[in-house]
Amino acid sequence: MAHQIIATGRSRTGIPTGRLAVWWVIGSEILIFGGLIASYLLNRFNHGPSWSVEAANTNTLIGACNTFWLLTSSLFVVYAHAASERRDAAKTRMWIWLTIMLGGFFMGFKAYEYTTEIHHGFTLFTSNFWSFYYTATGLHGFHVLCGMVIMAIIAEGDIKKGQNWHRVENIGLYWHFVDIIWIFLFPLMYIAK
Amino acid sequence: MAGHNHPSYLKIYIILVVLFIISVLGPEIAPAFGAFAKPIVLLTAFGIAIWKAYLVCAYFMHLKFEKIYAPYILLACFSLLFVFFFGTATDAMFSNGHNWVKPVSEEAMVEEAKARSYVLHGAHGDDHGDSHDSHGDDHSEDKAH
Repeated sequence: MAHQIIATGRSRTGIPTGRLAVWWVIGSEILIFGGLIASYLLNRFNHGPSWSVEAANTNTLIGACNTFWLLTSSLFVVYAHAASERRDAAKTRMWIWLTIMLGGFFMGFKAYEYTTEIHHGFTLFTSNFWSFYYTATGLHGFHVLCGMVIMAIIAEGDIKKGQNWHRVENIGLYWHFVDIIWIFLFPLMYIAK
Repeated sequence: MAGHNHPSYLKIYIILVVLFIISVLGPEIAPAFGAFAKPIVLLTAFGIAIWKAYLVCAYFMHLKFEKIYAPYILLACFSLLFVFFFGTATDAMFSNGHNWVKPVSEEAMVEEAKARSYVLHGAHGDDHGDSHDSHGDDHSEDKAH
């Protein structure tokens, strides 16, 4: 049985409730990831030479591939949103699952990268740089995983049944934000060596 | 947000990919510019990151077409972030006060980082990784400051 929607819009803002909530989630995430990135920058400014040597060990090729997967997945999820506005369930589900697939590529590459780095002795406790690296990328990876699970639920639980179309846009906003976080983590961890 | 015309998502995506390629190539071509190498790396890495983030926000997230309250929410959170940053940066950036304890010098940290760097040693083999595993753990407490 479909749940009863209590409030679909806020007259004051003109933004549907779900979307407004996602904007607030994104706002709070800005503080979480922004705080991490700000702390990283403070340490980088203070310990430039040693952090530069540490950063040289990150794998730029894998970081670049992961950036490409997320950029492309952002395109796919926006196509899913466009299809949902046309109430095209088949296309919406197809684009959502393609987005999930690219999220899976991201997680797979990240897992390989973590394995290699840990194998070379770089763990969460090796140095401050690696602590930041694993915390920031790990938290980001967790967000990617959550996004994939939520998208799968929306595709199979809502769109397949032709209901709650607005959720595609909401999860899309979240997914784009996860992409933006990686856009900043990539130069910080992989490019600025 | 069905009331506005969608931008060409493919066009935005192509711009994003081109910017991404420039950001990856930046550090590769920067040494050719001598003294300007560092500014070029910073510009191609972080300048382009900001540009990419803007494109995703404006067109993929439709922030350009969203009601003004959404940008206000994000700007409010950004402002709070800057308060946190500058509130702590003034203290954290300067370590020349009376109560700072710096048990390990920056030079020592560089030497430690170089010692465990498999990139600098040019070895990617399995045996190398094992040998540095214990090395990293030995110094983890010294560096946790």
